Amino acid sequence: MRAVLAEDQALLRVGLTRILETCGIRVVEAVDNAAALARALARDDFDVAVVDVRMPPSYTNEGLLAAVEARAARPGLPVLVLSQYVESLYARDLLAGGEGAVGYLLKDRVADVDGFVGAVRQVAGGGTVLDPEVVAALVSAAGRDRPLARLTPREREVLTLMAEGRSNAAVAARLFLSEKAVGKHTTSIFTKLDLPPDTDDNRRVLAVLAWLQG
Amino acid sequence: MKLPAITSIRPGPVDERGLVDRLRLTLVAAGTFFLGFPALILAILTLLSVALGPLGVGFVLANAVVPATEVLARLHRRLSSALLGEQVEASYAATADRGFLSRPPVWLRDGNRWRDFGFLAFSGTGGFVLSGVPALLLVTPFVHLGGLIIDGSLIWLLTLVISSVCPLVWWVVTPPLVRARARTERGLLGHSRVADLERRVEQVEETRAETLDHSAAEVRRIERDLHDGAQARIAAVGMNVGLAEKLLVSDPAAAAELLREARETTVSALEDLRSVVRGIHPPVLADRGLAGALEALALPFPIPVTLRLQLPAGLPAPVESAAYFAVAECLANTVKHSGAARAWITGEHRDGRLRLVVGDDGRGGADPTSSGLGGVGRRLAAFDGTMTVLSPSGGPTVVTMEVPCRTT
Repeated sequence: MRAVLAEDQALLRVGLTRILETCGIRVVEAVDNAAALARALARDDFDVAVVDVRMPPSYTNEGLLAAVEARAARPGLPVLVLSQYVESLYARDLLAGGEGAVGYLLKDRVADVDGFVGAVRQVAGGGTVLDPEVVAALVSAAGRDRPLARLTPREREVLTLMAEGRSNAAVAARLFLSEKAVGKHTTSIFTKLDLPPDTDDNRRVLAVLAWLQG
Repeated sequence: MKLPAITSIRPGPVDERGLVDRLRLTLVAAGTFFLGFPALILAILTLLSVALGPLGVGFVLANAVVPATEVLARLHRRLSSALLGEQVEASYAATADRGFLSRPPVWLRDGNRWRDFGFLAFSGTGGFVLSGVPALLLVTPFVHLGGLIIDGSLIWLLTLVISSVCPLVWWVVTPPLVRARARTERGLLGHSRVADLERRVEQVEETRAETLDHSAAEVRRIERDLHDGAQARIAAVGMNVGLAEKLLVSDPAAAAELLREARETTVSALEDLRSVVRGIHPPVLADRGLAGALEALALPFPIPVTLRLQLPAGLPAPVESAAYFAVAECLANTVKHSGAARAWITGEHRDGRLRLVVGDDGRGGADPTSSGLGGVGRRLAAFDGTMTVLSPSGGPTVVTMEVPCRTT
């Protein structure tokens, strides 16, 4: 697997490269500014881009903008965005297309090497990965709507894990439930939220996310 | 005749100086007493001109009365300025380019003309009494004495005995009465006091806006420092430790190397945090006050810095902090641009002003509008402080900073 990496701080660029390479993901290009990132994202010899939100020159959200623009030009381009902060708006911009192959994680998660590399692989494979913090923000924002109040606490847990991009099997493992029980919960959630039922994990995640943002 | 300003109204020792001063004040009071008559007449005419305005007569009357009032008011302003030792100034709405008919409406709308009218009323009533008393007190015993000499009846002797306290009373009450009148006139006729206050408010608004901008910029700087420094380093530590954890079994040597790196990064993250904290509020300032903090500031400088500080404890903390950063900025400039061989800092707190001077023997040419020194000026302006930079080409450079502040 090949990756493009964008991170303006040398220290973290080295750390991320090291982690990815150790886990068998070759970093084909590592850049430290938005212009170079835009050029790198135009390449076609990588499977996933790992991008920092803040980049020079303005240190606001250049990395994110470059990612969003690249995905607008090439829908489904796998991008995992890393940020020091949770910004629900960033998540919204990223997920706006609704095609998946996208992720938004806090930088802190990188320290959990297996989890981070798993997320990179998931995004590369067309999945959706969202930081629990981001999901919590989305869920609490959506909490003003009544349908969410109709969910049982257990269903809320399942919904949160689903929004993070986990498959039924992963959710079951996390909550110590059988996969069948998780399936029952998801069906019930979809009914309560008026979402069309779907068996494809990623499409279901996207549906949940779209609902949370709507 | 040069009028003395009334500096004190306490009945001082009876000497020639006090006597001459009081006689002069009495003369002035008598003058203003007689000026009360024209004032009262002008006041009545002013009211008439307003009342007769619709008939047209008022316009003629106003064109005579208002300038006359202005002349009278100017005379009183001169007197009050001299008596109070400060400038009492007028500011009327401009009528220079207006004609006979268009002037009165402007006067009518000009609040300061109405203040003059208020003065006319005061001068013909309360002021009249205030000014009459000193001369009356002085004259009474002589009148009674004259009566006794001319008439010779005992009733004059009785009144003379009674009025013999008058000179004493005159001695005591003349300065306060004259000053009271002058102050009242300052209140009525000192139009520019309002203008001064307006200017002051403008200035305060401006410095406040600058201070807010400055604070916002500071907060942004702190956020950037944290994000690019400590936060990034700690994230890097997390990455290294995470990877080390993964490699612990398969490649212990690499894991050990990663852990060592992580430990070093932790040290620099702490250093970053410390420097951010120092930038917010230097701990040394909290521990040792301004003098100690400036000493600590000068100590590590590559050129010798001479300190002469006589600073009291108990300066307001925000002023101390601003002064500290101001001096730090000046010293940084010295090292960066001046090529000086030595620098000096003097500091003192006198008459409610903190005064700091930073100088060096470098090549001069410091620019007070540069971002660094300009920032110092803005920082001090928030406390009504000032910064003056003397830096001729070829040096030396002397930056003088003054901030009014009280010690607690």
